[in-house]
Amino acid sequence: MPAGFFLTISAIVLFSGAAQRTAFVLCGVAVEAMGLVVAVRGHMQLRSENR
Amino acid sequence: MTPLAPMPFPETSFALTLVLLLLAPVAIAGLALVNVGLGRSRSAAQSLLGTVVVISTAVIAFVLVGWGIASGSDRDFVILIAGKSWDWAGAGRLLGMGLENAPAREQLVLLFEVLSVALVAMIPWGSGADRLRLRAGTAIAAVLGVVVFPFAAHWTWSGWLAQLGANFSMGSGFVDGGGAGAIHLLGGLAALAVIWIAGPRKGKFPREGLSTAMPGHNVVYVLFGSLLALVGWLAWNMAGALLWLNAAASKLVVVAINTVLAAMAALLATLLVTRFRFGKPDASLCASGWLAGLVTSSACSAIVSPVAALFVGLVAGIFIPLLVELFELVLSIDDPSGAVSIHGAAGLWGLMAAGLFAPQSGQGIAQLQGVATLLGLMLPLIYGVFWLMDRVIAFRVDPDGERLGMDLHELGGNAYPEFVVHRDESYR
Repeated sequence: MPAGFFLTISAIVLFSGAAQRTAFVLCGVAVEAMGLVVAVRGHMQLRSENR
Repeated sequence: MTPLAPMPFPETSFALTLVLLLLAPVAIAGLALVNVGLGRSRSAAQSLLGTVVVISTAVIAFVLVGWGIASGSDRDFVILIAGKSWDWAGAGRLLGMGLENAPAREQLVLLFEVLSVALVAMIPWGSGADRLRLRAGTAIAAVLGVVVFPFAAHWTWSGWLAQLGANFSMGSGFVDGGGAGAIHLLGGLAALAVIWIAGPRKGKFPREGLSTAMPGHNVVYVLFGSLLALVGWLAWNMAGALLWLNAAASKLVVVAINTVLAAMAALLATLLVTRFRFGKPDASLCASGWLAGLVTSSACSAIVSPVAALFVGLVAGIFIPLLVELFELVLSIDDPSGAVSIHGAAGLWGLMAAGLFAPQSGQGIAQLQGVATLLGLMLPLIYGVFWLMDRVIAFRVDPDGERLGMDLHELGGNAYPEFVVHRDESYR
């Protein structure tokens, strides 16, 4: 998830065009979303083992 | 560099903002009542006492330490990257020193943020109902007040996120007048971390079959608390519009109308969804829908049209009951107060919708950056800190305490001593 955040920051710094910036910020958010999915699945796994 | 110092703030605006901020705690009282009602009867006193304790802790921690980070001034810690200044943290007053001589607007900002940190701290407390120990809730509130909220508040209202517009031509920068991000999304993420670390209530997810339903013990509290919250929310959104968005007094009526429309559209949408799904409307889910509408209004009410506010509330009202179900049945998230959905998801939606419906170009990407910051940086930070804290002071009460109920275990007496205690169906 932090990797996604740094990707969004990089997008702001590196790109001045709105389209490129938007695309890379969206990529960063997608990386964060994947991180969130992994975290949720990890906790679901933990929960089912502890039942 | 920050919008704080040079901004004119006439005396009428000062008086109006002060009066509004004095009404804002009604939202906190309303949410406290909602949290109590959604918990079990055997934990009601601990829940309400805990709310007062976590609020007190968070506010003291914030005023003594956090305010130094949160405040914005021309002495802030700034990093230069690619020729642009990035305002990462305030270098303000520690221990509240010199506050009595501070400019009027700075004092109002402190009052707004004091109320905000109180709200942030009580959100995870509600999600940990029936198993989170009072000392754990207090420690969580202290961490939120000292570190987590101050950074989020600084970035959102005066720091680098607020300056995205000026520095990178991204609309008006990250806009969050009522605190949908710095208060509600942050509180929702803290609630998620608490739920993951403390685990579900005993018997909530049995080995076989679906999760056990553990309905709130007093839906009247929940509904009345929701109504109270509206009063506080109106004041909160209007004060935020005056303080952070420089709204003219004549604009405040639209802010109020948008707040009301978002809440009411969300309520009706939830009512219809639950009526369709369960055959009858679900009262506590309707209250959740109403609150979710209010949370979306925190982001939108000052910058979108009434029709857009109504639409944003409507969408929140549709997805909230579905999300509550998804979180519980599919993702095994035991969230008695529904904070992850109400504050987290609705806050996120409100911020994104503010970007979609705001008239400035580039506003959407600024809002997305704000959401990405809170989600990608704050959630791991909060989770990591809470995980470490759990090693030192166990968040969760011992099994015997959970069986007895938090009132008896932690306070030595029940909230309703004359009532017959129900047999607990969850212990099978």
